Amino acid sequence: MIVFLLRRLLQSLAVMLAVALIAFTLFRFVGDPINGMVGQDATQAERDALRQNLGLNDSVVVQFGRFVGRTVRGEFGLSYQLARPVNQIILEKMPATLELSLVAGLIALLVGVALGVFTGLRPRAASSRFLLAVSLVGVSLPTFLIGILLILVFAVWLRWLPSYGRGTTEQFGWWTTGLLTIDGWRSLIMPAFTLALYPMTLIIRLVRAEMLEVLRTDYIRFARARGLTTRAIHFGHALKNTLVPVITVAGLQFGSVIAFAIITETVFQWPGMGLLFVQAVQNVDIPIMAAYLLVVSLIFVTINLIVDILYTVVDPRLRSTIQRPA
Amino acid sequence: MTPPVLSVRNLRVEFASRRGVLRAIDGVSFDIAKGEVLGVVGESGAGKSVTGLAVIGLIDPPGRISGGEIYLSGMRIDNLSPEELRRIRGKRIGMIFQDPLTSLNPLYRIGDQLVETLKTHTNLSESAARRRAIDLLAEVGIPAPEKRIDGYPHEFSGGMRQRVVIALAICAEPELIIADEPTTALDVSVQAQIIALIKRLGRDHGTAVMLVTHDMGVIAETSDRVAVMYSGRIAEIGPVRDVVQSPLHPYARGLMGAIPTLAGDAARLVQIPGSMPRLSAIPPGCSFNPRCPFAFERCRIERPEPIRQGTQAVACHLYDTAAKETAA
Repeated sequence: MIVFLLRRLLQSLAVMLAVALIAFTLFRFVGDPINGMVGQDATQAERDALRQNLGLNDSVVVQFGRFVGRTVRGEFGLSYQLARPVNQIILEKMPATLELSLVAGLIALLVGVALGVFTGLRPRAASSRFLLAVSLVGVSLPTFLIGILLILVFAVWLRWLPSYGRGTTEQFGWWTTGLLTIDGWRSLIMPAFTLALYPMTLIIRLVRAEMLEVLRTDYIRFARARGLTTRAIHFGHALKNTLVPVITVAGLQFGSVIAFAIITETVFQWPGMGLLFVQAVQNVDIPIMAAYLLVVSLIFVTINLIVDILYTVVDPRLRSTIQRPA
Repeated sequence: MTPPVLSVRNLRVEFASRRGVLRAIDGVSFDIAKGEVLGVVGESGAGKSVTGLAVIGLIDPPGRISGGEIYLSGMRIDNLSPEELRRIRGKRIGMIFQDPLTSLNPLYRIGDQLVETLKTHTNLSESAARRRAIDLLAEVGIPAPEKRIDGYPHEFSGGMRQRVVIALAICAEPELIIADEPTTALDVSVQAQIIALIKRLGRDHGTAVMLVTHDMGVIAETSDRVAVMYSGRIAEIGPVRDVVQSPLHPYARGLMGAIPTLAGDAARLVQIPGSMPRLSAIPPGCSFNPRCPFAFERCRIERPEPIRQGTQAVACHLYDTAAKETAA
């Protein structure tokens, strides 16, 4: 188990290094950074001195090593646009994005699994067919369109919910939360639902397909032959067996929920990392873009690691193959 | 006189399909007494497994029991509500399926599956159920049961898993065990052990056993009586010794002739020409008539009813002596 964890950790590290390389090349991709720093009339000597000072004359490998070193310490440099340390800005914006993604992810998971089981148990019922038809809409409609439609209905026509922002937030150290006030929740509900819709419909369809599959297996038939209650069979034996693929998809989807938050945050002017990133792109604020890339990949990689560990919790067969590595 | 443990009368099972209603079981009747093993033999699709599933009430839609009656120790069970049937399943009727590798839920410890079943059907406490589970595992011949009870199915071999399945089937001491091809998926060496186990358990507890298989060898070794099924009907039923040594129905004769013997005295194994008709194309009259070397006019028109012949009963017009005489 420990060997398995170490191997997974090493793989995650490799992925992070690759991402760091991409983030690093971002800086070079937009051209010579010196041009952006000195004035039009700087002499070649001044340029060379600055180049030497910033270490830009070192080999690419050394520069990359320095970049990784700084990144590990959480130093992403100064934002071009705001002239403040990037890590401060990211930390300020992170709680908003994480709260939004977490609530969206929970909605997607809870509602998705519940409706998936429901439609899986009653594949022919009219209500199931209706839900599946609706879920098709959820998969097909782009996020920004759903967000704008929601704003139109609930904010503009009905005037029930605010159309933008996070509402009232409270401060706990560096963490700001909107989850403690009704105003915060009112602001959260539309963006969270918008963000949850796609992964939710995906999970509904997945759980349904898995349930249909598992209910046909021999061990379910044998469980019925043993006279177990329908409840124990459906929610114990069957549901647990659908969990491995569901955990995979849910984990990956949670990662993309954070990534997709870019669009939702833009639509709802949600003050999170996604909105920050979009603004950074518009202003070619490379340090923020690079930092965002790294933070999101770190979250992705961490989720994948957790998913791998969860597999072994759910499925004893994987546990024993891990203990005796192939 | 006590009623037989299982009594099936004129059972009919139909499947609704796009091409109309298919009759998988058509007028099957048989009894199994306490402690008796009835072997049910026939080709694939003859309706053996469906008969077993009908008895335990696990025919899935689009299939349904469309006629006949099933009695368990004198109590009619084919018209019970789903919930009443569930209470009988596992408690009064245990079932063993063909493939032990897939019969157990891979994510649950075998002990949990046993305890769960025990607690569903009895009032045992958690710890009492666990002790009982260990006893059961010991009874079906699993070594070191107090350790193995916490194992997962994948940690057991095929034969051991089938023993666990059997322990699950008998845990509430049912009156009837339905074993659907219990040895087909196992190694030959393990088959004999499992057969011996089922036989011993049936004897020790006085349990009636319905043993579904296509393996005449298994039937000859374990069963008291045998029913030969052909396209959803019982062609012949009687004590194993009599049916094996002097089969009456032309199909049963063909079936017995197709068993290879170790002595190898027959130059060639007898083969029945043709194959069993599909459910959608069962011929009128006797369903075996197109393949029967003795078929005559009546076989193509009138369906034969079982006729008593000594200890055996056979559904064949050849044995309808009374009718023959009047016809002549």
